[in-house]
Parts: sequence; C-alpha cells; structure tokens
Amino acid sequence: MREFWIIFKQSFITKAKTKSFFITTLIMVAGIFLFANLPSIMDKVGQMMGSDEDDHVLVVDESGVLFDRLDEQLQLNEQGISLELTEDSQDQLSEKVQSEEIEAFMELSFGAEQTIQASYTTGSLVDQFLPSALQDALQNIQTQVKADQLSLSGEQVSELFAPIQFEKHNISDTAKSEEELNQARVLVYVLMFVIYFAVIIYSSMIATEVATEKSSRVMEILISSVSPVKHMFAKVLGIGSLGIAQILVYAVSGFLAYKLSSKGEDHELSAFFSLENLQVSTLVYAVVFFLLGYFLYATLAALLGSLVSRTEDVQQMIMPMSLLIVAAFIIAATGLGNPELGYLKIASFIPFFAPLVMFLRVGMLDLPLWEPLLSIGIMIVTIFILGWFGAKVYRGGVLMYGPSRSLKDLKKAIQLGKE
Amino acid sequence: MALEVQQVTKRFGDFTAVDQLSLRVEQGTMYGFLGANGAGKTTTFRMILGLLTPTEGNISWNGRTISYETSPLIGYLPEERGLYPKMKVLDQLIFLGQLRGMKKSAAKSAALHWLDRFEVPQNTNKKVEELSKGNQQKIQVIAALLHNPQLLILDEPFSGLDPVNVEMLKKAIVDFRNSGATILFSSHRMDHVEELCEQLSIIHHGKQLVSGKLRDVKRSFGKQNVRIRADFPLLELESIEGVTTAHHSLEGAVFQVEDEQVAHRLLQAALLKGPIRQFEIEEPSLQDIFIAKVGDENA
Repeated sequence: MREFWIIFKQSFITKAKTKSFFITTLIMVAGIFLFANLPSIMDKVGQMMGSDEDDHVLVVDESGVLFDRLDEQLQLNEQGISLELTEDSQDQLSEKVQSEEIEAFMELSFGAEQTIQASYTTGSLVDQFLPSALQDALQNIQTQVKADQLSLSGEQVSELFAPIQFEKHNISDTAKSEEELNQARVLVYVLMFVIYFAVIIYSSMIATEVATEKSSRVMEILISSVSPVKHMFAKVLGIGSLGIAQILVYAVSGFLAYKLSSKGEDHELSAFFSLENLQVSTLVYAVVFFLLGYFLYATLAALLGSLVSRTEDVQQMIMPMSLLIVAAFIIAATGLGNPELGYLKIASFIPFFAPLVMFLRVGMLDLPLWEPLLSIGIMIVTIFILGWFGAKVYRGGVLMYGPSRSLKDLKKAIQLGKE
Repeated sequence: MALEVQQVTKRFGDFTAVDQLSLRVEQGTMYGFLGANGAGKTTTFRMILGLLTPTEGNISWNGRTISYETSPLIGYLPEERGLYPKMKVLDQLIFLGQLRGMKKSAAKSAALHWLDRFEVPQNTNKKVEELSKGNQQKIQVIAALLHNPQLLILDEPFSGLDPVNVEMLKKAIVDFRNSGATILFSSHRMDHVEELCEQLSIIHHGKQLVSGKLRDVKRSFGKQNVRIRADFPLLELESIEGVTTAHHSLEGAVFQVEDEQVAHRLLQAALLKGPIRQFEIEEPSLQDIFIAKVGDENA
C-alpha cells in the first residue's frame, strides 16, 4: 500500500507542478471570468468601437405618408435606426450604395388594395437585423392602414391579434415543468461538455504518462519495486484526483464569477443560466457519471498506453478510444432536443456511451430510479472487467518494446504478462 | 547469502531467449555477464528481478525467491536510461528511494551524499533532460545504490562515461562489494569484467558458452599468447604446427598457440632466423576468449 501512495502522490504532484498544467488552469479560470462578464464586456467594446451609432437608411417615399409613420414607429421601438427622406433617383442612390457612401436605401409605395410595397437595397445582405426591423415596422403600419380601411377600432384590432392561451400541463408529479426543463437542458448541456472534455483530456493524459514512463524506461525501475497492477491503478487514481482538483478549481471560480457578475444587475447570463433552481440531483449525477466515465476510459487508456513504446505513437493508439467518446457525445447531443428517443435509451445502457447518454436522460427526464442504477451498475462491472483485463495487458505491455502501434499487440502483451 | 540461478530456461513462444543458464554469485563477490546484444542478458536480469517468470529452472537469493518484498534490498540499473526526463534530480532520487522502502528524509540525505561523492552536487535541482549523458548515467547509478542494496544488478553500468568517471564509479561499486553486497553486472567491455569480477559467464544466443572463475576460464581456454619482438619479419613462423592465429605489427607479432610446447618451438624457430628482442608467454585476454567463443558460434 505504501508504494501505491508513493506512486499516487508522485503522479499527482509532479503533474500539478508542471508549468503547462498551471498555465492551462490559469487560462481556463481567466476564460470562465471572461465568459461570465461577456455581456458587459461586449457592451463596453461596442461603445468603444462606436458600433452603437444609428443605422442610417435613405428613403424614397412615393406615397407621401409612409415615411412619417415609419419614422414614428421606429422612434417608438427605439431600435437605433434613423431615416432620411430623399428625392434622389434610384440610379443615383444605387451608385451611392456602390461607392459605400450610404449603407442602404428603401423605396416605399402603396400597391393595389393599399398594400405597402417596399424595396430595400443594400451593398451587403450580411446584416439581417436592419431589414427585418424595417419589415416589422412596416407590417405594423400596414395593419393600422388596413384597420382604418375596414374601419376597425383599436380594440377590434387587438382582439384580432390576441394570442391564444396555450399552456402545457404535465400530470406526472415528479416531471419537470417547461421552465425547469429549459434550465435543466442548459445545465445538462454544460455538464455534458465538462464530462466529455474531462474524460478525453485526463484519459489521454494517462496514456501519455504511461507511454512516457515506458519510453524513458523508468518503467523498468518502477515495476521492479511495485507490481505493474498497483502502478497502473495508482496512476489512474493519481491523475483522476488531479482532474477532480482541477475541475473543482474551475467550479469554484465559475461560481465566484457568476456571483460577481450577477451582483449588480440582472443581465442576460443570469436569465439564461440560473443557479437558483439548480437541481442538486443533477449535480450529484454529474459527479457520479464523471467519475465512472473517467475510470472507464482511464483504465482503457492506461491499457493502450502500455502497448506503445514511444510517446509519438500514443495518439494513434488511443484514437479508437477517442472516437468512442466523441460518438457518445454526438449521441447525447442529438438527444438534447428530445431525450425520449428510443436509441438513447439503448445507448444509455452501453457502458462506453452511458456516462454521457444516461446523464442526459437522468438530467432531463423523469426516470424510474432503477434505470440510472442499472446503468451505473453496468459501468462499474465494465470498469472491473477492464481493470482486470488491463492489468493482464499492462503487466506484459510495460516490458514490451519495439514498433508496437496496433491493437494486435494486445495478444502479445497478455502472453508476455503471463510469463 | 548467495544468488543462485539453476538451469534456467526462458522461452517466448518458439523463441528461446535463455537456455539452461546456471550461475552462483557468492556474497561479497562480483559476477560478470558478457554477451553481445540480444544474447539474453536483459531477459536473465528481468527473471532475477522477478519481472519475468522462468519457463524452467529456479532462481533464489539467500534461499528465498525474489519478490516485491525483497525489492528494498535490490538495486537495479537498467541498460537504458530509466529516469523521468522532466523531473528534478533530487525529487527523482527521493521518489525512487521511497519506492525502495526508504523514508523521505533518509532518501534525501543519501541522495545528497551520493551527488556529492560523484561530484555532481550542482545538478541537484536540474531536470534530468538538461544533463549530459554521462551525468544522467551517474544519476542512474545513484538511483540503484541509494538505498544500500545487498544485491546489485547492473546492466552496462559504465556506458557513456569518460575514463575518469568510470574509475569513480568502479570505486563506488568495489566499495559496495567490500561491504558485503552481491553484485551481478553485464558489460561489453572485457577489460572492466577482467578487472572487477571473480567469476564470469559468456552467453550467446541464450546459451552459456563459458562460465566460472576468471582464472579457470582462462586456463581452460587452452590457448596462450606468445609475443615476439624482432627486427626481421616473422611471417614464416605462422606455419609452425600448433599456431592458431597470428597478429603482425611493425615491431613483431602475437601468436595464439595451443600449449607451451608450441611456444618453445616458436622461440627456437625465431632464434634460428636471428636475434630477438623480446619473448613472452601471456595469458589469453578475455577479449580473445570472447571473440574465439562467440566468433566460433557465429561461424
């Protein structure tokens, strides 16, 4: 047990002390704070760059009445669009647009039946906001014009456009309400990302570590004092704890950033992602599925890492494993919109997909308890099988040198491990 | 208190890496293990360390099998550099010392002592990858000696070192032997083995071609070297019966002969041709024996 802790500590501390690890953590923390304050930063930048100036549109009004009404309507909406009446011909205006003197111009007229006809001309259709704001404003005017024509009163018009009452009810007690579901979706999405990245980053870290120890031949000294199996599990746990520590740092800084940025005013971020009605169970499941997913893939990564003898070959060797994680993520991501899809249910019991897919389902749906428990059970069993199998491969793999770059070497390694 | 390897065979599938190897290293002695690359030296060491299990035969040390319980008593120096390239020297030595059962403080003071003795205290806080090959080798040797092992297994301990450092290292290893450690080491360098080892083995393709005490090995080789220096060419002497090989140089020649009778015939033949300046019967060098044995095997 003593050697186990020495290796555990060594893989934790040496890695934590490396510059690259420190810098990555720092950048991530900075990124979290940046993200939390993104709306206010964007405002500031917008002011500095002067992009909050009004959009300027020249208007040719053939009807004689529409310009004033549109101007009025836009002032009312406060959308930062200013209009200017012009008498120039279409060709002149087109030339101005071409020479980028003006951004856009619009011709207004009444067609048959008093229908507003507008033609918007611009040098670039990249900006979608401006024409649609104009269109909306004109639509409103059109409604008023038509109402006048039909001599409808204001009340009649609003009655005509009264929205229907559409409420969604769910008769299951534990089911999540619409609002809860939306919040759960965001939370699940964020946590899914965390699990996905954590699993991919830390398991490839393990594979690289093992391969580095092999290629630097320090492995030979290590396994002459510690059994390879002990070494493997100490390594997996050491890097795992490092990962948990790193994620905790992120979580704490995320929480602080959230608190600091939402202190003053209610801005977009807190509306979009509220911690108030956070589901504790979702967080607990996130931790559980992260741990299980990590151990599942880390054991696999250690096994694969023990097969290569040069660090350059690690990425190639763990490629199938990385694809498996990516597949799990894609399956889970497609289910965000509708977590009740049939294939999700199946995937959530397949050990390599379960950490992400079952987490999605348990976070979004109202599942009977046995489903997540069964999935967790399946994963635990798989981890044990992989651990047992990995130990067999590892024992031989660490002694195997040569151009080993494929999974065919598994057999060789097991053979060598027995000897 | 001896390391005993009895009739050990190791097969990997159809390939026999080590074939019926036996050796016995008494406490306080050094055993030299000679062999070309791929002869089975590393496999033998791995079996002694318990990393591989012999297909046949027995390995014991002081009557016990070697396992992880005995690992604090064993020092191992692998053939290739086995250190973390990015770890600092002192941290690394403390870590490896702890793995061999030392307390952290004891490991630290032992590491500092050895760094001082090998005249590299300035490297204490450098990363291993920043060191020269020779200095890395010193760290590697310290890692093997740090915990005062009673059994030392050294795979090519002197590779990459200049003569001054080889002497420094030899002295450290001899001190270990004198204080009662059992040492097994391999080398390509015959002169090191000849100088340090009481006993030796030459193995080739897993087979033990020669083994035993250095003196006995030389004696049983049955051949001696005759060195003759003269002012005239000695080419004709090659044809004398019993001369196996001859190396000519500007000042004379060295003949390998089967026994002393042949040596005397050589002397007479040489004197017939003129005055000679030197005549000497030498023991065969280990190099001669190695080349003769391994070369024969290859032929």
